[in-house]
Amino acid sequence: MRIKNVLQYLERTAQRLPDQIAFSDGVGGAALTFSALLDHARRTGTALCRQGLTGQRVAILMDRHPSMIAAMLGAVYAGAVYVPLDAAMPDARMRDILGRSRAAAIVCDEANCHVADRFDLPVLNAESLLTEPADEAALARVRARQIDTDPMYIIFTSGSTGEPKGVVGCHRAVIDYGEALTSALELDEMAVFGCQAPLYLDAPLKEILTTLTKGSTTYLIPKKLFSFPVLLLDYLNENRINTVCWVSSALSAVAALGGLEARPPLTLRRVVFGSERLPICHYQAWRQALPEATFYQLYGPTEATGMSCVWRADRELLEDEYIPIGAPLDNTGLLLIDEEGQEIRPVMGEPSKTGEMCLRGSCLTLGYDHSPEQTATAFVQNPLQDAYPETLYRTGDLAYYNPHGELVFVGRRDGQIKRMGHRIETGEIETCALRVEGVNLAACVASDGAGELRLFYTGDADEKDVTAVLAAYLPRYYLPSRVIKLDTLPTTPGGKIDRRALAKE
Amino acid sequence: MEQKVIEILKKMHPDADVAGNVRLVDDGILDSLDIVTLVTELNAAFDVRIPALEILPDNFNSVEAMVAMIERLDDV
Repeated sequence: MRIKNVLQYLERTAQRLPDQIAFSDGVGGAALTFSALLDHARRTGTALCRQGLTGQRVAILMDRHPSMIAAMLGAVYAGAVYVPLDAAMPDARMRDILGRSRAAAIVCDEANCHVADRFDLPVLNAESLLTEPADEAALARVRARQIDTDPMYIIFTSGSTGEPKGVVGCHRAVIDYGEALTSALELDEMAVFGCQAPLYLDAPLKEILTTLTKGSTTYLIPKKLFSFPVLLLDYLNENRINTVCWVSSALSAVAALGGLEARPPLTLRRVVFGSERLPICHYQAWRQALPEATFYQLYGPTEATGMSCVWRADRELLEDEYIPIGAPLDNTGLLLIDEEGQEIRPVMGEPSKTGEMCLRGSCLTLGYDHSPEQTATAFVQNPLQDAYPETLYRTGDLAYYNPHGELVFVGRRDGQIKRMGHRIETGEIETCALRVEGVNLAACVASDGAGELRLFYTGDADEKDVTAVLAAYLPRYYLPSRVIKLDTLPTTPGGKIDRRALAKE
Repeated sequence: MEQKVIEILKKMHPDADVAGNVRLVDDGILDSLDIVTLVTELNAAFDVRIPALEILPDNFNSVEAMVAMIERLDDV
């Protein structure tokens, strides 16, 4: 069967494993089997078609729950583009995203209706979209017109200009990514995931795609459990979870708080991490607790749909070694390009020069929504050939090849950092702080020691007022750990704010 | 001891009413990033080592609960 639409995976798996649980909250919680998921998605799709939303953008504002995935797939059935929102986002940011994405309606659950009502858009209750049976003919008409380069979702991520930008993902890229990922991580229908990632990011595509393509089961772990390692590990053991793909900081927290000794994980066989640096001591603690398990590190930007590189832990690492990100996934092209625009190649036995990782292939998303200039800056012609048009995505991430020929992530070209798996442009925080009356200069940096995110500013404004404004406009994970008022900000000889000096404060 | 705990919490959440709140975890004021920081800070401030088995919502929902937990650990 030729796959050109993600929904074909769901239809195939629902036929093969109708009664298997696809997505669940955990023992005793809500769950959707593949046949129920298919039914919910088709009913939702039919209802959205009737509302005239085919070809439109549909925002989804729901709690972390299996029905949110059914709503997203329902939007795809309707030929709409889904825009997942974070229910914990401040109103101002949500309004910004709804405006930028030209959302035509908001699908929400009961718990979030009062929030959705604030935005002057039609609000559709996800539950009421399920009342009418699916209209096979209408859904077939939508499908017949769809091609695999049509957009499927818009996911908002941090922008260097200080404003969120929407990354437009398409079916072809998602299909390419899903196939490459499941084969790299050796995933099949026996995989039982414990999903940590918020559903409004690209990160949960790992679990969602594998579940749809292979017939695996995904448990959506309640966010709160990540604060309490014993409860988290009890959850993994109770639900017989054998695979986790978590941000590194989630693994770190469990190890640092002593969770692995208190409640050894009993069923875990595959531990996948990424998005930020995992300290080698925490990595070793997990390996010791799970000598039978296979460990992988992943790396990838939202602009290339999900993950682009994988390292399978098949050798011992030295104490002072960084965990590699390995090699690109199957059918993903990665070029390491130096400042002169030349390709850097691995040199066996010694580390290579550092360069910028650039990606090409079917894995690339369509670009930034309604932002031709930003798209043109990041999605460029491959500088290594001018014979025909070929798009290369410049990640802005620096890496080198280690003596084993494995890629090692170094850091960002600009001020972007990762926090709890979220991309944060420190410029966005600075822009926001400068909105406060009485703030003259602002610089946001991660401290060298603790890696704590700190905002330094000058002016008459009160630290409390600055903090309050940041909280009103920015998501929770953006908020600096400390807001510090200084008489002056240190400057470099060139007159720029000396961020290195601030990082040492 | 209570003042010290409040001070640590205030540093993390200057605007929240931490002293009177008995639902710091349940209301989502303290998230997972906070709990790691908080455990590290409490360990250092009171020279204790809060074991994983004590890191439960009930022990972090209020200042009183945290103080009671530290006192319990101090006695051992």
